[in-house]
Amino acid sequence: MSTLEIKDLHVSIDTEQGTKEILKGVSLTIRTGETHAIMGPNGSGKSTLASTIAGHPRYNVTGGTITLDGEDVLAMSVDERARAGVFLAMQYPVEVPGVTMTNFLRTAKTAIDGEAPKLRTWTKDVKDAMQQLRIDADFAQRNVNEGFSGGEKKRVEILQLELFKPKFAVLDETDSGLDVDALKVVSEGVNRAHATGNMGTLLITHYTRILRYIKPDFVHVFVNGQVVEEGGPELADRLEEEGYDRYAGAAGTATAAAAVQA
Amino acid sequence: MTAEITTEKARIGAPSIAGFTEEGEGLVSAKVDHSHNHGVTVMSSRAERLTSFDVADFALPTGREEEWRFTPVRGLANLFSDAGTDEAAAALTVEAPEGYVRSALAQGAAPRGTVLTPADRAAVVASANTDEALHVVIPADAEPAEPVRILVDGAGAGRRSNAHFVLEAGANSRSVVIVEHTGAADHNGNLEVIVGDGAHLTVISVQLWEDDARHLGQHDAQVGKDAVYKHIAVSLGGSVVRLNSNVRFSGEGAEAELLGLYFADAGQHLEHRSFVDHNVANCKSNVLYKGALQGKNAHTVWVGDVLIQKQALGTDSYEKNQNLVLTDGCRADSVPNLEIETGLIEGAGHASSTGRFDDEHLFYLMARGIPEDVARRLVVRGFLNEIIQQIKVPALEERLTAEVERELVANEN
Ligand SMILES: Nc1ncnc2c1ncn2[C@@H]1O[C@H](COP(=O)(O)OP(=O)(O)OP(=O)(O)O)[C@@H](O)[C@H]1O
Ligand SMILES: [Mg+2]
Repeated sequence: MSTLEIKDLHVSIDTEQGTKEILKGVSLTIRTGETHAIMGPNGSGKSTLASTIAGHPRYNVTGGTITLDGEDVLAMSVDERARAGVFLAMQYPVEVPGVTMTNFLRTAKTAIDGEAPKLRTWTKDVKDAMQQLRIDADFAQRNVNEGFSGGEKKRVEILQLELFKPKFAVLDETDSGLDVDALKVVSEGVNRAHATGNMGTLLITHYTRILRYIKPDFVHVFVNGQVVEEGGPELADRLEEEGYDRYAGAAGTATAAAAVQA
Repeated sequence: MTAEITTEKARIGAPSIAGFTEEGEGLVSAKVDHSHNHGVTVMSSRAERLTSFDVADFALPTGREEEWRFTPVRGLANLFSDAGTDEAAAALTVEAPEGYVRSALAQGAAPRGTVLTPADRAAVVASANTDEALHVVIPADAEPAEPVRILVDGAGAGRRSNAHFVLEAGANSRSVVIVEHTGAADHNGNLEVIVGDGAHLTVISVQLWEDDARHLGQHDAQVGKDAVYKHIAVSLGGSVVRLNSNVRFSGEGAEAELLGLYFADAGQHLEHRSFVDHNVANCKSNVLYKGALQGKNAHTVWVGDVLIQKQALGTDSYEKNQNLVLTDGCRADSVPNLEIETGLIEGAGHASSTGRFDDEHLFYLMARGIPEDVARRLVVRGFLNEIIQQIKVPALEERLTAEVERELVANEN
């Protein structure tokens, strides 16, 4: 069993107007086997938390710690974190010119495992995983995310999740932009990865719909760079009905945008 | 994030990329007929470009001329001067089956001069100062097992070398010819190629010069009925390389492919110009040049002219240039020019894009466990591989892949 522990995390970014603090003391502990949902209004810092865990250079950690089984994650480079077992399914996956999916997946798998996967089983694994996620076989020859639709990009993120088998997956709005069928297909992918019992999940979402497929053990309400409330799955339903209005006072300037999110 | 490499058609007129100049856009859109189904008024047609064997017809380039405006002409005086080859400026070696190398061709001795008429100052001084042109003939129906290799090895920077090679591929032959440039020199090299009816010929011009070499060249080919000609320019070394790869047809049903791969690092100027003259009906052409740039003042230029003449009914042509910018401080100029004088064609398309490998790409790959150097290599190798895999000479493919990686490593330090 592994533990990803975030303690009193403070993160700021450099903007043209100066330094802006976005995360204002976030603490979360995720163990393998657990699913944590994070819900919160636009701009509250959810993606910032996700990107900071993955090590995006734009975010400066000004206080607090992130550890994986006691190891200092913040001291690791981006690729070291991935190899240590942290996976981020991005809200906006990046198109990478010149690199085919096939080549990319194999290179990443080799880096993560520290050795090249056995060609025959690997090819089959990729093919099967693509099939299960209803990703067309010809995507293998296309460049990474290049020209993929929003929904296709999300499926491909989950494809990687299934193939790379991380210890901790951070899913940043993987459900946004998915049609009803795709949502189901993608959720099944996450659940398959989870079923191995070796993965913990941090699921960022605006909608309870995905939580019908992926059952969270914990729900955290994220407002203005802080966790303002924690509870079980029932908390998500209440948020859907009531929005974030009632936290506005609790965390200063949080916007009550939940009801109008597209 | 800035633009990515795309495979879409014609992006001319698209917003330019921050930090980039895409000169010539206005000129391009003035010439291009986007609907492809009626003639266009052409301001200065490629067909009207001066060609001559007389040095006096070409003034010293000033850099203001259309065909020299991207080139750092000021430093190239030695290459423009009407000077003979300094003794042993470059060693020439030819590896070819018995009988392929014929006796040298003097000025005016056909087939020399039947296909290539110099089109600029560098080509005309090379022609005028080469009294004995290498003449290689692949016999009709021959299918040599190994590529013919012509090796030019420069003896030292600044030493003036002139060359004119004449290459004939006999009817229905199948062959590959590699022209390889190494060492250093100020080299003016002309290559005149006659592709016989039904022949398949691949010419690969490889520029693996040392850092201080300079190389200007004109490669002209005429492609016979049902013949297939492929020209691949690979430019990695040299401080200034400027190659013109031109093709026209002498019979219907012919195909021409002009391909290029270049990797410019700090201070390097690599320029490729291609011209497909569809002067005959029912021929096909495809032009694809791909380049990577890395380091301060790395500069690449691609100018792709395609002219579809009135009589060239049934023409099918496409041209594309893609550049991948790896660091700040580089400049990639990319200018497709398409002139169409008949609407009765199969197709005519063009595309040009310059994308950046930026921090977001790097983050994405590294977030999948891939170390930074591997990520860079992955992107560049993947990008350039489309050309490398067209070479189809495994030993050369491997060597060039290794050279590209060396460029990357050299730039990391
Ligand atoms: N590069 C940047 N420059 C200025 N502000 C930024 C930058 N990146 C993030 N921010 C700000 O940081 C705050 C948190 O953004 P973040 O993307 O983490 O929010 P989020 O909770 O993921 O929102 P959403 O639900 O819309 O995805 C926002 O106010 C955003 O505008
Ligand atoms: Mg977000």
